[in-house]
Amino acid sequence: MNQESSLPTTPPDKQSQWSGGKETIESPNRWKKTGETWLIGLLLPVTLTLGWEIAVVQGWSSDRLLPTVSTILNTLWDLVQSGELPTHIANTLQRVFLGFVFGTLTGTVLGSLSGYWPLVRQLLDPTLQALRSIPSIAWVPMFILWFGIFETSKVVLIAVGVFFPIYLSLSDALRSVDRKLVEVGQSFRFQHHELILRILLPATLPTYLVSLRTGLGLGWMFVVAAEFMGAEYGLGYLLIDGQQTGRPAVILGAIVIFALLGKLTDWLVALLAGCWLSWQDGFQTGENHA
Amino acid sequence: MLDIRKLQKRYPNGFLALADFSLSVKQGEILAIVGGSGCGKSTLLRLIAGLDQPTAGSILLDGTTVLAPRPEIGVVFQEPRLMPWLTISKNVAFGIRHLPIEEQNQRVERVLERVGLATLSQRWPKELSGGQAQRVALARALVGQPEVLLLDEPYSALDALTRHDLQEHLLKLWVDQRPTLILVTHDIEEALFLADRIVVLQPQPGRVKSSFPVYLEHPRQRQDSLFLEWRSKLLAELNQAAQAHEKSTLSA
Ligand SMILES: Nc1ncnc2c1ncn2[C@@H]1O[C@H](COP(=O)(O)OP(=O)(O)O)[C@@H](O)[C@H]1O
Ligand SMILES: [Mg+2]
Repeated sequence: MNQESSLPTTPPDKQSQWSGGKETIESPNRWKKTGETWLIGLLLPVTLTLGWEIAVVQGWSSDRLLPTVSTILNTLWDLVQSGELPTHIANTLQRVFLGFVFGTLTGTVLGSLSGYWPLVRQLLDPTLQALRSIPSIAWVPMFILWFGIFETSKVVLIAVGVFFPIYLSLSDALRSVDRKLVEVGQSFRFQHHELILRILLPATLPTYLVSLRTGLGLGWMFVVAAEFMGAEYGLGYLLIDGQQTGRPAVILGAIVIFALLGKLTDWLVALLAGCWLSWQDGFQTGENHA
Repeated sequence: MLDIRKLQKRYPNGFLALADFSLSVKQGEILAIVGGSGCGKSTLLRLIAGLDQPTAGSILLDGTTVLAPRPEIGVVFQEPRLMPWLTISKNVAFGIRHLPIEEQNQRVERVLERVGLATLSQRWPKELSGGQAQRVALARALVGQPEVLLLDEPYSALDALTRHDLQEHLLKLWVDQRPTLILVTHDIEEALFLADRIVVLQPQPGRVKSSFPVYLEHPRQRQDSLFLEWRSKLLAELNQAAQAHEKSTLSA
């Protein structure tokens, strides 16, 4: 050590300037890139809808079975003005929200327990796996019998849909947490709840947040099933109503709203996830789900 | 004072990793345990740390048996094992979570200064180099002011320069509180540079082959002729241990 060196050395203050400058260059590029990604994603749907619109306006085709975008928008606008659409949306949102909350809570608690304690897993998992393979619609008559025809049965059905992906991925992810990190906790004499709260759950957070999005997606699917079983309001009801009164524009309008709301809520959860996961060091974690 | 008596570890699959392993370590001693890969070095440290249980024998720290992890024992693993979701200072505070928050902050700040990473306290682990990460791991083990610090090949994944740096750094830190250091390594030079005493392991099952006190003045010079002499002596000893094992497997 301490031998004389003829190599030129960079003074420390210069080094820090250099690395400090590098970070600021990157950000405008990233914004530009995000903008381009958006445009590319929009290209296909915009071209298709414009093409269809032109085809109908030119008389090459009729919009009786597949209404054009403008017809759908007009129909939706009418529904907004009559006040029906906001009521439907509010009802559906409320159901999805409640179902999502209950499904997430139970999925998180049971998933944590069965991921952490082998005994709980042995006890619960076979039953839950069996229940999972039952098609959701098959529950509808039983839920109506148990919880009545009104809100409870619908919320329960949605919660069931949300529950399974969260339960499954959380309990699996917990069991595959790196033993080495757990050992660090053990060497500091962590109690069970500390191991779960301070190591296992944070370590599974990325998987968990993805499962929340999957759960939410299933929640949106199940709300339609729930609203098919006799609702007076809700987007699912609007679908049925459109079918029974022979108005495809209403059906498609409801579908569009479903798509928008689904995307919007998914985006909210993804946004939340992004805030929570800034520590992640994965391949392409910087590029987020747009 | 750490006393290891006739320790044996047989893994559930029947593999005998350690047998009849006895060793005493004085308070404040720097002990290096040298052995090839698969000698049972990590197994031994995990037992001392209380992370695993021996199948026979016992480990006594200040007269009481080590049955589970204890606050007087700190561990630095081969990998930094930082929690990627915590900032550096929170990672270090992991080891003293039971203290009041102000004392935690003070201690974390002090120990990060001592390992020379005070400016990085708010960074994420992914933003550190390997050497920095390992220093954070050292800070996390030291922040609880352990009586015994166990190090499992802590620098083996680093480049030579960084490794030498951190070895010198470790000695500087040791001077402060003079904890007992038990350093497990396959690097003879590392052992010679740091240790007061070197124990050479014999593989399969892991046991003590020989034990040397190292009479070299600190700071030690790696190019020093005496250092090099010790080095070849130890190398011969290690080779002998490995060959003895080969012979026994051949004749078996
Ligand atoms: N959990 C385990 N189950 C069975 N055998 C193990 C286990 N852990 C380690 N071993 C075996 O014990 C021996 C010693 O391992 P280890 O203590 O990790 O060696 P070292 O750290 O010296 O490289 C190795 O041969 C390894 O295969
Ligand atoms: Mg090892």
